[in-house]
Amino acid sequence: MAYMNMVQALNSAMDIMLQRDPRVVILGEDVGYFGGVFRVTDGLQRKYGEHRVLDTPIAEGGIIGAAIGMGVNGLKPVAEIQFADYIYPGFDQVVSELARLRYRTAGEFSAPVTIRTPCGGGIRGGQTHSQSPEAIFTHVSGIKVVMPSNPYDAKGLLISSIEDDDPVVFFEPKRIYNGPFDGDPNKPAVPWSAHPRGEVPEGYYTVPISRAEVVRPGKDLTVLTYGTMVHVVEAAVRMAEVDAEIVDVRTMVPLDMDTLCTSVCKTGRCVVVHEATRFGGFGAELVATVQEACFWNLEAPIQRVTGWDTPYPHAFEWEYFPGPARIAQALKSVMEAA
Amino acid sequence: MTQRSRLHVPNAPARPGDKPDFSYVRLSPAGAVPRPDVTAAVADIEELSTSLVRVLDDSHNAVGPWNPHLEPADLQVGLRHMVLTRAFDDRMQRIQRQGRISFYMKSTGEEAVAVAQGMALRPGDMLFPSYRNQGLYVVRGRSLTDLMCQCLSNTNDMCKGRQMPVMYHWAKGNIFSISGNLATQFPQAAGWAMAAAIKGEDHIAASWIGEGSTAEADFHYALTFASVYRAPVILNVVNNQWAISTFQGFAGGERGTFAARGPGYGIPGIRVDGNDFLAVHAATQWAAERARMSGGPTLIEHVTYRASAHSTSDDPSRYRPKDEWQAWPLGDPIVRLKKHLIALGEWSDERHAALEKELDAHVTACWKEAIKYGTLSEGPTLDPATMFEDVYKHMPPHLARQREELRALRAIQPNKGSPEQQNLDEQTQSVAKEG
Repeated sequence: MAYMNMVQALNSAMDIMLQRDPRVVILGEDVGYFGGVFRVTDGLQRKYGEHRVLDTPIAEGGIIGAAIGMGVNGLKPVAEIQFADYIYPGFDQVVSELARLRYRTAGEFSAPVTIRTPCGGGIRGGQTHSQSPEAIFTHVSGIKVVMPSNPYDAKGLLISSIEDDDPVVFFEPKRIYNGPFDGDPNKPAVPWSAHPRGEVPEGYYTVPISRAEVVRPGKDLTVLTYGTMVHVVEAAVRMAEVDAEIVDVRTMVPLDMDTLCTSVCKTGRCVVVHEATRFGGFGAELVATVQEACFWNLEAPIQRVTGWDTPYPHAFEWEYFPGPARIAQALKSVMEAA
Repeated sequence: MTQRSRLHVPNAPARPGDKPDFSYVRLSPAGAVPRPDVTAAVADIEELSTSLVRVLDDSHNAVGPWNPHLEPADLQVGLRHMVLTRAFDDRMQRIQRQGRISFYMKSTGEEAVAVAQGMALRPGDMLFPSYRNQGLYVVRGRSLTDLMCQCLSNTNDMCKGRQMPVMYHWAKGNIFSISGNLATQFPQAAGWAMAAAIKGEDHIAASWIGEGSTAEADFHYALTFASVYRAPVILNVVNNQWAISTFQGFAGGERGTFAARGPGYGIPGIRVDGNDFLAVHAATQWAAERARMSGGPTLIEHVTYRASAHSTSDDPSRYRPKDEWQAWPLGDPIVRLKKHLIALGEWSDERHAALEKELDAHVTACWKEAIKYGTLSEGPTLDPATMFEDVYKHMPPHLARQREELRALRAIQPNKGSPEQQNLDEQTQSVAKEG
């Protein structure tokens, strides 16, 4: 065991997979010689050569299109899109091609591509370096969508994603690359070495896709969340002094409905928290799923705490960010409801 | 002179009622364009992208340095494939008009592109076609019955009823799935070729798009990636002059040839007479040899004409002169190869008529076989519950639940005659008997 931050854990996952499986290749902007703008692929080209870790032209549609062709030709490409905000030029290749290739060929062709992409705000990134577009991808049949909240899960889930025969869009919440951020930008940064999930095996292991995890058991209410917000919710729960059960969704598609609904049916109250915009967001899917399964157990209306339905504003990101105070307020109000 | 900019909107040279005008198509005499060595530097062979590689002259002889010197037996095979492709297209068009399939797209007038290229490549080379390259399937020997079953969405449909007609695929034959979204296959072909090079194989990839689709970003992605990594891929632009009603000027054809886009990326561009079987074959051989020698990609523009409608949903008489094909300066690829073979003393009108009759009968036999597996309108079709398969490799719980919902719904409101209903009827009867 070693302490790793999320960057190191993700790097370790790719290092192991490049070593174990000669079909694995990494491609993306700045991922090779330089090791990635967030250093996630640092050292991998030096170790495995420029045929396994490829710098690419600045062309997200080309990166994903080429990755599909590589996947069809027997490789297992791991494509990095430098920021989730940059993924849109490749959207057609994801939605119309990658997601549907197995389906439209009745299983004759498929492309096991993993797309890694950093998401989320709180880094003074403004509207083009802060987005959380997971719901745009969860709406597409044929891809799996994953977002880890800590180094241990990040490594185990990335290995699972690379090994998966279906395409996976793997979102990396970049605000917690270096430490578990609790939503207060004025506090000194906390390193992952101070967090139990910063302890990561150096070797191979997997965390299964499509399994949510109860990260804090509780009996008063259930909070469904993922990514950076897992840590912000923990702070909010302390602030609100409620005995909340926090469920880290981890995989959005396929969704672990059993874990989610078991928790909500037990507590009878539910708050859904994500950083992305609210309208048509993934939280709406969570709320709908939970009320279908748990309606007769619910004691109060389910609430959502999310980013506002605006672009991510550069100067007002902490007013935009669904921080602990907003979440704590929702927790209290759900507890106070009859 | 005014100091203002003025928007230029391209105008087709001829619209319905006008006399066809192909004066914009720049031609070179057959045999006039030099054939450089396959190792030539791009900068030294830019002329290939603006002139027109042709082999067959007006007297139906094969002339000049691009003559691939194919055996007459090979030419006869090529002719047979083209005639079969056209017979298949004509039959499927009529079948669509009878309402037995929902849609079809013919390749009439462009048969030489797919057939000559398919023959010039090796079976292990991977093909990423567009929707008008059915000749590739004919060359590689997929049964027409299978293609018809796909168009019928019946119980033998390779796509299990999930794709519109003509969106075939064939993994064993190394032909990639056809997408309805244009040009997406171009960067995929570049990526496939990159993987072949990473693995150190000598297979190459080839892909096809129409001139209209060169306006898509995917065209640029493909040329950039192919050039940067010197990927072993042949990128074909089939310039058939028309993208539905949009003439090639709207894709930038007024400003230069499509082949000339290649040298801008450091890729050789070859502009070839797409209706000249020999020229297409020779250009493809040149590009394939270059790719296999680590020389990287080639962009080939095939100058041809879409003789039929874009699809069965299209009526070209609304946007172009009815007799435009008759005025097309590069003729009909089947007639030209036929006349060449006759000039060689290796073919005759009688043999040609007999071939057409034979292949027409073959198409009829294939159709009779295909409809045994059902038609979309009259059934049988596959069990609709199969729609939930292959979304993922293993069906996740939410899809399994939705499949059960559909099954339950169909048990209440069954489709008469469906296999499910027959099963249900039998079950009900047996329950009744037991009861």
